[in-house]
Amino acid sequence: MHVSVGFLLELGVVLVVLSVLGALARRFALSPVPLYLLAGLAVGEGGVAELPEAAEFVETGATIGMVLLLLVLGLEFTISEFSASLRRHLPSAWVDLVLNAAPGALAGWMLGLDASGVLALAGVTYISSSGIVARLLTDLRRLGNRETPAVLSVLVLEDFAMAGFLPLLAVVAAGGDWAQAVLGVVLAVGAVVLALVLSNRWGHQLGRVLTHPDDEPLLLRVLGVTLVVAALAEAVHVSAAVGAFLVGLALSGEAAQRAREVLSPLRDLFAAIFFIAVGFFVEPESLVPLLGPALALAAVSVVTKVASGWYAAGREGAARRGRVRAGTALVAHGEFSLVIVGLVGLSDGRLGAFVAAYVLILAIAGPLLTRYAPGWVRVGGPGGPPGRRVAAVTA
Amino acid sequence: MDVNEVLLPGVGLRYEIPVADGGLLGVVARRDGEFELMLADDDPDEPRPLLRLRRDEADALAGILGAPRIAERFADLTREVPGLQAGQVEVPEGPYGGRPLGQTRARTLTGASIVAIVRGEEVIPSPGPETVLAAGDVLVVIGTADGIAAVERLVAG
Repeated sequence: MHVSVGFLLELGVVLVVLSVLGALARRFALSPVPLYLLAGLAVGEGGVAELPEAAEFVETGATIGMVLLLLVLGLEFTISEFSASLRRHLPSAWVDLVLNAAPGALAGWMLGLDASGVLALAGVTYISSSGIVARLLTDLRRLGNRETPAVLSVLVLEDFAMAGFLPLLAVVAAGGDWAQAVLGVVLAVGAVVLALVLSNRWGHQLGRVLTHPDDEPLLLRVLGVTLVVAALAEAVHVSAAVGAFLVGLALSGEAAQRAREVLSPLRDLFAAIFFIAVGFFVEPESLVPLLGPALALAAVSVVTKVASGWYAAGREGAARRGRVRAGTALVAHGEFSLVIVGLVGLSDGRLGAFVAAYVLILAIAGPLLTRYAPGWVRVGGPGGPPGRRVAAVTA
Repeated sequence: MDVNEVLLPGVGLRYEIPVADGGLLGVVARRDGEFELMLADDDPDEPRPLLRLRRDEADALAGILGAPRIAERFADLTREVPGLQAGQVEVPEGPYGGRPLGQTRARTLTGASIVAIVRGEEVIPSPGPETVLAAGDVLVVIGTADGIAAVERLVAG
């Protein structure tokens, strides 16, 4: 077997550098996603330190990263949480969708992108990063807060909307007409419902078939089945990502729990490769002229996300500061905005660069905003229960 | 006692317990097995974080908080139901040390239930069939006097 010294060295150095920067980011409760993007920019085509030997692996690894991101997302999903979120926060989900998808679509149209570009950008601005936000709420110790269930419900409903959105996007991006797009979505939604019914009725048996007391066979089985389903989904133009999401949905209970534990480290590694890949295929020069528009769109997104969080937290009866906490928590964008661009392909260099810049801004601004902005808000206001005592100073 | 349960999608569950000492005690049971405790006494929207517990720490705390309760409840129960008794059976160096509780088939064979295991300072409440016994464990058994004696003979081998 031929061992490529260059490849090992390049990849190793990148990972070590990222681990150091990532540890630093975590200390300040920031997301490592922007670091991965920047690293990708630095080592990609036209970057400061090109890594020719690692390029092929980054490209392959990115595909696996995308599949794993969606698989673990599906594993996280439980029907009881979904139906509870739907019952309580369906209006919040609509507010979230309309307020946040519209600016993206408008921006795509103004940038002169084609239909798939406009649609992709609508998805990019719509979807918050459930990964960053959930982690942030834990790190900032907000799991006990009144607005937190609202934030998490909105995230669950966004993730579910992704399952319908991704196949639609895949069909439009493949150049299909509207009839094909509708068919693709019907197919995908049907598959999602089927996966959920499967999980609800026979999830137990399915889990027993796939699960294994030892980690290694479990990992191989789940990963193997997922990749096969992903490949089949891609073959019928439903997109590999959706296929992987379905496998995650179909597994439930104990099996899902075990699979999540075994897969998470692998997901972390390949997701990092995926984020690097997005930066990798964006040319830094193409990014510079798009920084201004990306910044403007990011500013609009901050406003619209805060508004949707404000509305959702209000339904839980949170007071003004809680509503600001909820709104600012939803600002963070990350992995799924990038998955959407990955799906359209980075063929239109401008879209990739634009979204990379946009995510870069919001992945940094989101955590910072939700950490500090509530402190700037006067306590109280409408929404809180009457006659309650209010802390003079809260961190 | 009203315990309010709040679903935290993707994260776990939050239990809210009003405490007479003041405020609302929140317990977040995270999916990964960790726990967080918090107390809302000033701003009901933003409780004060108190403590984070790893899985084993939470187990230890639950054992301590639950131990006197278990004994108390059994005392009540045996008083209410005539013929029902609670007993303690020590697991000797025998066939069942190191083997799961289910393998004793204690309930099937004797009709008595093993409702807790006391291991040193630790209490394992409602052990499942998969719970592995160790020599020196004390089984808390509920059943008829005959049933409890039968469990004693059974674990002695």
